Amino acid sequence: MKLRFHWAFLLIAALVPVVGLFVPAAQSLGELLRPIFIMAILALGLNILTGFTGILNLGVAAFMALGAYVYAILTCDIYPFQFGFWPAVLLTVLVGLLAGLMLGLPTIRLRGDYLAIVTLGFGEIVQDSLKNMDVITKGTQGINPLPAPTFAGYVFRSETYAPWYYLFLGFLALVVLLNRNLQRSRVGRAWIAIREDELAASCMGVNPMKMKLLAFSLGAAQCSLAGALWASFLGSSGEPGNYDFQVSIIALCIVIVGGMGNIAGVLLGALVVVGCNSLVLETFTNFLKAHELISSTNVYTAPGNWKYMLFGLALILMMRFKPEGLLPSRQVKAELHPHEPPPS
Amino acid sequence: MTGWEVFLQQLIIGLSNGMIIALIALGYTMVYGIIELINFAHGDLFMLGCFAALTVVSLTGGLPVWLVLMLLLVLTPVFCGSLNWLVDRLAYRHLRDATKLAPLVSAIGVSFVFLNLGLFWGGLPLKVFGFGKAAAAPKDFPTLVSNANLLGSSNVEFTTKDLLVLVITVPLMVGLTLFVKRTRAGKAMRAVAQDRLAAQLMGIDANRVIGQTFLLGGGLAGVASVVASLYNNTIYFQMGYRAGMDAFTAAVLGGIGSLPGAVLGGLCIGLARAFADQYIATRWTNVIVFAILILVLVFRPSGLLGAKHREKV
Repeated sequence: MKLRFHWAFLLIAALVPVVGLFVPAAQSLGELLRPIFIMAILALGLNILTGFTGILNLGVAAFMALGAYVYAILTCDIYPFQFGFWPAVLLTVLVGLLAGLMLGLPTIRLRGDYLAIVTLGFGEIVQDSLKNMDVITKGTQGINPLPAPTFAGYVFRSETYAPWYYLFLGFLALVVLLNRNLQRSRVGRAWIAIREDELAASCMGVNPMKMKLLAFSLGAAQCSLAGALWASFLGSSGEPGNYDFQVSIIALCIVIVGGMGNIAGVLLGALVVVGCNSLVLETFTNFLKAHELISSTNVYTAPGNWKYMLFGLALILMMRFKPEGLLPSRQVKAELHPHEPPPS
Repeated sequence: MTGWEVFLQQLIIGLSNGMIIALIALGYTMVYGIIELINFAHGDLFMLGCFAALTVVSLTGGLPVWLVLMLLLVLTPVFCGSLNWLVDRLAYRHLRDATKLAPLVSAIGVSFVFLNLGLFWGGLPLKVFGFGKAAAAPKDFPTLVSNANLLGSSNVEFTTKDLLVLVITVPLMVGLTLFVKRTRAGKAMRAVAQDRLAAQLMGIDANRVIGQTFLLGGGLAGVASVVASLYNNTIYFQMGYRAGMDAFTAAVLGGIGSLPGAVLGGLCIGLARAFADQYIATRWTNVIVFAILILVLVFRPSGLLGAKHREKV
């Protein structure tokens, strides 16, 4: 049996902390991988919408914010609920599911670009409302401190590294498994049929509205899971500004750079996009600073200031020369390169 | 101030800001009308226009104010228009037959590049940019047009700035409408927007017409940059996001692809912002603007003046 890329990715990722026991470099790599796992869960949620169903969503950060805040309200000891980690995560996912349904119900009939702007507007509304309803959300301070998660008596402390790593990796594996099974189910095939041709799909007995709504709520649920996990790791809901338009755009870039509609592609995309963003540029900046090669007053010499330029150019070049992404699904590839023979 | 005076004052502020938003929205709506692309970089193009305007002001120090204004109104739109045309030529033109998401993502990329260029522009060693000491900090735009109240000693202020906004934007919008409706080039634009293939079969060079649309839309953003800089007297490199968001919302609200729709949408957004600032609370203004947008779209999916769209099968 051929080893699929996404399973290989998860297997290798599982070995990183083990190697880290012997090689210190692997441990610092592992610490950088944790936010990548969270972003991968977020991007997989978006992938259900944009990748499978072909609905453009420009506001996934809103669902992530919702997840983080709902989780914080359910667990923080200034509120009466004070749930444990596992029931709180479960409830947060359910709330995300409902929120996706609530936003989707009135708007799902809109044409593609209009729906995109509605999701964008929703993102802004959620972010500003969280900022303004400071009685509940504590404004820009965020809700904190949150209790550490526990698993069978073990407490996840913020200074430990490997337990968090495996917790996030475990959730990522679960999400990958779920998405893969969804993709191969009747529902997943219906989604892809809608993406390719909504009219033809509806003629074949697919109910486009129902299926799109399902994609909307399942995607939202996964995004809020990413938010809940991130909040538990930070020990705080974070401030509303952490969930701005940029986060939504980065998630979209992960899906598109990696390969739309392909789970393995999204994992690779998270690695490349978030990795470039934090790992490469930060290391380079720190290296230059340590060797006193840059002055702090000159804006042009700090590599961190070139971040958007590089990110933007990468997107433009990617669309120009490899619009199907690094690791496209077979269908998308066949569609964009109709004259090449299919791989045997 | 009495209640009526407050209302009138907010009406004036809302209309002035609305006209500026409408100018940016026109660029969005023209490009969308012709190639169905949400040009995400448009707000950041507007931001670069503001920096270009400040540079022009800095380099023309000492000239009489009317001459500086004329130069601003010529050079900035030319700069923005050419830049927009160039981006279309280099990036979007190659993606005409690609999937619909490809040009959109490309536009997001362009907006990031513009944002970074704005940051670097603010770091230039010129006096107006504080000699490049704090590149990311907001820059003061000199007060070229006075703040004097034209209504004499009335409590309601209608300043020279408000007049300037009207004097520049209204003729421009009338001119644009006449251009699109009456001229040969405008007819070609409408033809390409309606059906690109059919237009090409009639001998229209579609790529050239699309390039002209980008040039024109960019030019309008350039005029908006000049007007907004003169009106608000402060610019910063992240201002493109908010401006672009408002303008895009305006374009969708009015019915994307429709020129009068973009103007109407811009005025609606400007007024909604002003009244929400006054009568509700500034911090809820964004929420209200987007809530209006979502409600309008739910009940009138093609916007206020948008044509009913029938999906072709």
